[in-house]
Amino acid sequence: MELRSTLGRVRGLGSAKEGVTHWWAQRTTALALVPLSLWFAASVIGLAGADYTAVVAWFKSPFNATLMILLIGATFYHAVLGLQVVLEDYVHHEGRKLASILIVKGLAGALGLLAVVAILKLAFGS
Amino acid sequence: MEPSQRPLSPHLQIYRPQLTSIMSISHRAAGVALAVGALFLVCWITAAASGPAAFAALRGFIGSWFGYLILFGWSVALFYHLCNGIRHLFWDAGYGFELKTAYASGYAVLVGTAVLTVLAWILGLGRV
Repeated sequence: MELRSTLGRVRGLGSAKEGVTHWWAQRTTALALVPLSLWFAASVIGLAGADYTAVVAWFKSPFNATLMILLIGATFYHAVLGLQVVLEDYVHHEGRKLASILIVKGLAGALGLLAVVAILKLAFGS
Repeated sequence: MEPSQRPLSPHLQIYRPQLTSIMSISHRAAGVALAVGALFLVCWITAAASGPAAFAALRGFIGSWFGYLILFGWSVALFYHLCNGIRHLFWDAGYGFELKTAYASGYAVLVGTAVLTVLAWILGLGRV
């Protein structure tokens, strides 16, 4: 027996079979960001007042560079998931909603990549 | 189908805010603020990778009163979203839904945010 309404079938709407992916990714990145952001806050405090040479030296540590890349990745992933929900809630025009989500995702990807390239340059640069 | 013109619930003009609802919308606002803050983080890393001149320019901006204001807002948003995020993770795991517990954890988040922010600024300013 078919329980879906005729209209629902015609429109092709229904479960996309990936509803929990967004929710789960938001939680796993949140969990990762608990220690990462505490480490980051402590690092910023440690670097308060530091000059250029000290900051560059800080990035030269493989430990710091790795954790920074992880922080950037988790932050931008988590931020995109959160901003997407905010846009879906408040932007009611379908086209504008899609456009704004695409812009946010594109910008987050590009800026996240820029940050990672900059971290690698600092870590491996002379 | 035309959307109906009936009033939406909750009717915000006559809706009495509670600690829980204010903290809920603040969590979202802090999250959006932190997304903007992430742009400053990218600027900082990129400036450091671009050389001493770019880094000095950014450092001058951060050292201004406006830079400190942004940094302070960022720290409050970060610690609030962090503490309240942990509260949300407990809810996601199915704990802490009783009204008394939800209020107690709410106050704990506010105290935790204040303590972490003050501690971070005492430690940070002690090094400048």
